[in-house]
Amino acid sequence: MSGSAGMPGMYGTDPEGAAFLPAHFSPGDRVRVRAAIPPGHVRTPWYCRGRSGVVERLCGAFANPEELAYGRPGLPAQPLYRVRFQARELWPDYRENAADVVEIEIYQHWLETAPEDRP
Amino acid sequence: MSEPHDHRHGRDDEDSVSYYRTMEIAVRSLLIEKGIFSAQDVRRTVEAMDGRNYSRGARVVAHAWQDGAYRARLLANGTAAVEELGMQVGPLKLVVVENTPAVHNVVVCTLCSCYPRMLLGLPPDWYKSREYRSRVVREPRAVLADFGTALPADVTIRVHDSTADMRYMVLPMRPPASAGESAAQLERRISRDALVGTAVIDR
Amino acid sequence: MTMRSNHDMGGLAAGRLTPREHEYEPWEKRVDALMMLLSSKQRQLLTVDELRRNIEALGADAYDRMTYYERWMHAIGQTLIQRGVINIDELGRRMEEVRAAGGPDAAVNQ
Repeated sequence: MSGSAGMPGMYGTDPEGAAFLPAHFSPGDRVRVRAAIPPGHVRTPWYCRGRSGVVERLCGAFANPEELAYGRPGLPAQPLYRVRFQARELWPDYRENAADVVEIEIYQHWLETAPEDRP
Repeated sequence: MSEPHDHRHGRDDEDSVSYYRTMEIAVRSLLIEKGIFSAQDVRRTVEAMDGRNYSRGARVVAHAWQDGAYRARLLANGTAAVEELGMQVGPLKLVVVENTPAVHNVVVCTLCSCYPRMLLGLPPDWYKSREYRSRVVREPRAVLADFGTALPADVTIRVHDSTADMRYMVLPMRPPASAGESAAQLERRISRDALVGTAVIDR
Repeated sequence: MTMRSNHDMGGLAAGRLTPREHEYEPWEKRVDALMMLLSSKQRQLLTVDELRRNIEALGADAYDRMTYYERWMHAIGQTLIQRGVINIDELGRRMEEVRAAGGPDAAVNQ
């Protein structure tokens, strides 16, 4: 169910005809993970919700696991990003090297433009 | 959200593992009867599993150490580069992350146990443990110390949480003493844990 | 009450790690094989996300008490029932037959 990479601004279908949503973010964009608590299966770890990071890369578009988990097709596919978080953004009391980072794969519908970057 | 679940399964004297072993036999035989797969399909799948271990990952790394152009392709598109060597990666995408004197990478799945099985085989127990999954995103050096692994203080650690459709393998630094070695010699230097990032290859 | 699910453990306090290996038992490998076969592109009878959802629905106590492949087997069974691939009556009867024949130790596994 993997889709070909959705380039920013494009809407399309993958080689097997599955629809995917356009990618709203690009590498280098500052994003924040929504501080949401949906009542069901999600793949966004608790520890990054509400935290801001930088898009490291667009991984492609993939069927939405929150739909797949309930036996539905999960289409159109959601753009998936790797987002890089400073360890200190995730853990304000982080005790190891202040330059350390954690990278997490996050689906687009969990991301918003980081508040400090909003016009 | 969670359904009421009675854990006094089966008979009163049946423990949990017997219960699920019984279920495995029952489900497998029902699915074979229904023609969903054959007993041979199951055997072959287990055999294929047994044949996959971290020597596959080591082969990829040794090749990257010897061939700079291949290394660049591996970092740009892990899946395609591994397939170049005639190994199948399957439906998940492989991302190879490179250790340098300044950056050390560590792989985890905090939500379950996602692991680059296509290159490393089945994961060890510790990779699936609460201790590893909970702590490595928050105190990676302390966790590496539990493995007897120490990094210079100025090295940046990059922890990769495999939450979705990518799988991660670490490309360790080539030990300086390995200059001129053959691929087979290089492969012998590589440990599974070095490919997950909980060990380094220091000699 | 917290809405944080038990499986979602990144960043929580936990003890010292012992780098234990695991010698996979034959039945555990077969559970793994069931998952791979059922989720394969030609069958698509379950997805890894359905498996995960059913594991997460076990609740914290069972999640922590059960072994890894016990959780998987539970979730594979649940997903197949939810999908209508098998029903609970035939599964229950077949499990009784396995027990009546001496249980999993007596079964000739392949």
